[in-house]
Amino acid sequence: MPDNSVETIIGKRRSQPHQLIEVLQDIQEAQGYISQEAATVVSHNLGVPLIEVYRAASFYKALSLEPRGKHVITLCTGTACHVRGSHVLLDQASSKLGMDNGGTTKDGLFTVERVNCLGACAIGPVVVLNGAYHHHMTSAKLSSVIDAVLKDEVPQAGDAAPALQYRDKDYGIPKRE
Amino acid sequence: MPRLNAIGELMVLHERLRADRANGGTILTVCGGTGCQANRSGAVIDEIRAELVRQGLSDRVTLRVTGCQGFCEQGPIMVIDPSNVFYCHIEPEDVAEIISRSIQGNEVIERLLYTDPATGKKVRTEAEIPFYRAQDRVLLSQNRQVDPCAIEDYIAIGGYSALARVLTEFDPGAVIAEISASGLRGRGGGGFPTGRKWADCRAAAGDEKYIICNADEGDPGAYMDRSVLEGNPHAVLEGMAIGSWAVGAEQGYVYVRKEYPLAVDHTRTAIAQAREFGLLGENILGSGFNFDVEVARGGGAFICGESTALMASVEGKVGEPRPKDVHTVEDGLWHRPTTLNNVETWANVPSIITNGAAWFAAKGTDGSKGTKIFALTGRVRNTGLVEVAMGTPLRKIIFDIGGGATNGRAIKAVQTGGPSGGCLPAKLFDLSVDFETLAQAGSMVGSGGMVVMDEKTCMVDVAKYFLAFLLDESCGKCVPCRLGIDRMLEIVTDISEGRGRPEQIPLLEELAETVRETSLCALGKTAPNPVVSTLRYFREEYMAHITEKRCPAGVCRELIEYVIDPEKCTGCGVCLRACPHGAISGAKKEPHVIDPLTCRKCGICAEGCTFEAITVYSGGMLCCST
Repeated sequence: MPDNSVETIIGKRRSQPHQLIEVLQDIQEAQGYISQEAATVVSHNLGVPLIEVYRAASFYKALSLEPRGKHVITLCTGTACHVRGSHVLLDQASSKLGMDNGGTTKDGLFTVERVNCLGACAIGPVVVLNGAYHHHMTSAKLSSVIDAVLKDEVPQAGDAAPALQYRDKDYGIPKRE
Repeated sequence: MPRLNAIGELMVLHERLRADRANGGTILTVCGGTGCQANRSGAVIDEIRAELVRQGLSDRVTLRVTGCQGFCEQGPIMVIDPSNVFYCHIEPEDVAEIISRSIQGNEVIERLLYTDPATGKKVRTEAEIPFYRAQDRVLLSQNRQVDPCAIEDYIAIGGYSALARVLTEFDPGAVIAEISASGLRGRGGGGFPTGRKWADCRAAAGDEKYIICNADEGDPGAYMDRSVLEGNPHAVLEGMAIGSWAVGAEQGYVYVRKEYPLAVDHTRTAIAQAREFGLLGENILGSGFNFDVEVARGGGAFICGESTALMASVEGKVGEPRPKDVHTVEDGLWHRPTTLNNVETWANVPSIITNGAAWFAAKGTDGSKGTKIFALTGRVRNTGLVEVAMGTPLRKIIFDIGGGATNGRAIKAVQTGGPSGGCLPAKLFDLSVDFETLAQAGSMVGSGGMVVMDEKTCMVDVAKYFLAFLLDESCGKCVPCRLGIDRMLEIVTDISEGRGRPEQIPLLEELAETVRETSLCALGKTAPNPVVSTLRYFREEYMAHITEKRCPAGVCRELIEYVIDPEKCTGCGVCLRACPHGAISGAKKEPHVIDPLTCRKCGICAEGCTFEAITVYSGGMLCCST
């Protein structure tokens, strides 16, 4: 079990106000949102006024002040995805999960969020479910992806598909001890 | 100890690695970029590793997993060298056959070859594919040659030799002179001459200076920076190191979007490797020169692509821009002189040093030199990254490389330059793509996004889309941008929802002028471009919305109606089950009907209908086919 406490995340970055955004991103990643307690600890440890912590946390879209759902569906609404009809996907996800226009379901199972571009424009519309990319999405495909999650068939946040391993060749250069 | 303590050691290592590569047998190059990974290239690669072991070929065959090669639409893609055979849309199940037939034997597997959509013929090798053939891939060809997580690959193709050369043969002034002579201009959107920026930063007062790589590629529809950083991070680091030598900096930052996790990872890995090899850090290559790089992740704010906002963000603050009365080359990060360039700009630097300014300047137009990568997306057959010499006509990019429209529809426009750019109509496709020409036509090269639009794209909706985007991304610091965009969006929304009045058009134009003249930063100054350019070239579409209450493309929801053609409907029930709003009814095998009061006009029904029975009407007229 990795230690996800805010103190551990801050680690060696104590008293370094310029690390604020990096620290908040790490907390967001580890805990899913920036809680009031986390914001206070960050403020004390980095030497940043609490209001500045909140200012940053509410300014940057990657940071959330509310807990997010267990499963996060990110819909790309970049231009390339938009002209290929990504608006249909938000409709599908929202109506299927009984929300108005994205957000988090009451049971905390799903968060549906939009992102302005994921840089995978050639294979759009793109949807990311718990870190895994789904390409050329249609409303029907999205619907079955959500169904699969409801049946617990897709890896959950945190244990998505293992990262691709690069570096195949052994170059015969010894690692530094 | 791999640390290289002298330039000679780098040369020896380069020679050894190059010789290794030259006499190694078969090379399998498989793309592991974000696009291909979404197409399950990870599973394909795992299978290749396992199969090479099973067939006892691990020693004879080199597998090279690369970053993005640009032809994402066809992913996962593989090239077998030296025969140059190109396979696309590979599934893990195809791997065993590829290895036994195409590697053990010399057969070509027809079904995995690329089909040229123009001729319908199979194409055997990578070099013959029209998408690649019509390009001039200088930077992107490096992506194809290196494993982004192996610094050895980069060194093998001559990587870091430009830095070595600079440290021994060039004084900083000579580096700046070389970059100036090459005519390299910023690839991130501004197009500012890179050499001049470096010279100003070098001349600025102060001992402590900074180098920044802007990889906060927020422009929707552009992803060349992701691909370069993800696929060839060492080229960017080498460019930064050369820049730091030129301007006199010792610390650099790569500011990369958090939405690009692979680029973040690969940059971090590359920095660690470069430090280990003594190519970053203290006393680089024993020359006494120090330079180190850190990664800072963007927090999902488009405005942080603006240089002063980006610097505020690196400082750990909210990303709000500030007036640029004093340029960042004098007063930048932590109020120190700072040189900020975009990923693609940095990546161009090493090859300019290696091949000389004249080599770079030989390509392009009078004012725009070299090659530029564009992200060709939208309603075009071959989507992907396209690298061409500056000055290439739009038509060549969209038709020769892009293969023209999908589904035989007519291409109407291309949107270039993202939210700061504009829409250019098909009649202007003979324009050459360079900084000056596109600006004169009311658009811009920008970061290089090219979104192709056909008759199913509504230009009023496009203008509304960009205004909504910019309203969402405006930091809110200055009034013209915060309120001006809002008011413009209000008018365009009125038009798209059928409440538009003819007198709103001049008001919209006046607002656009004010926002452009008075906003604080480039986000606001260029925000009106999508509106102004669509008004300039597609005014008749605005007028159809205003006077006829009709959306010719069948997109604007308030003006359209979905209707099921009873002649074509077979009553299969697909649409009935697909409709998330329960607006469709009908008995089995009987024509279905859509209840216009319940229908939310999402179009999900039409997407699934295989009989083309669901059509869109607007203003009493049939819109272009769904």
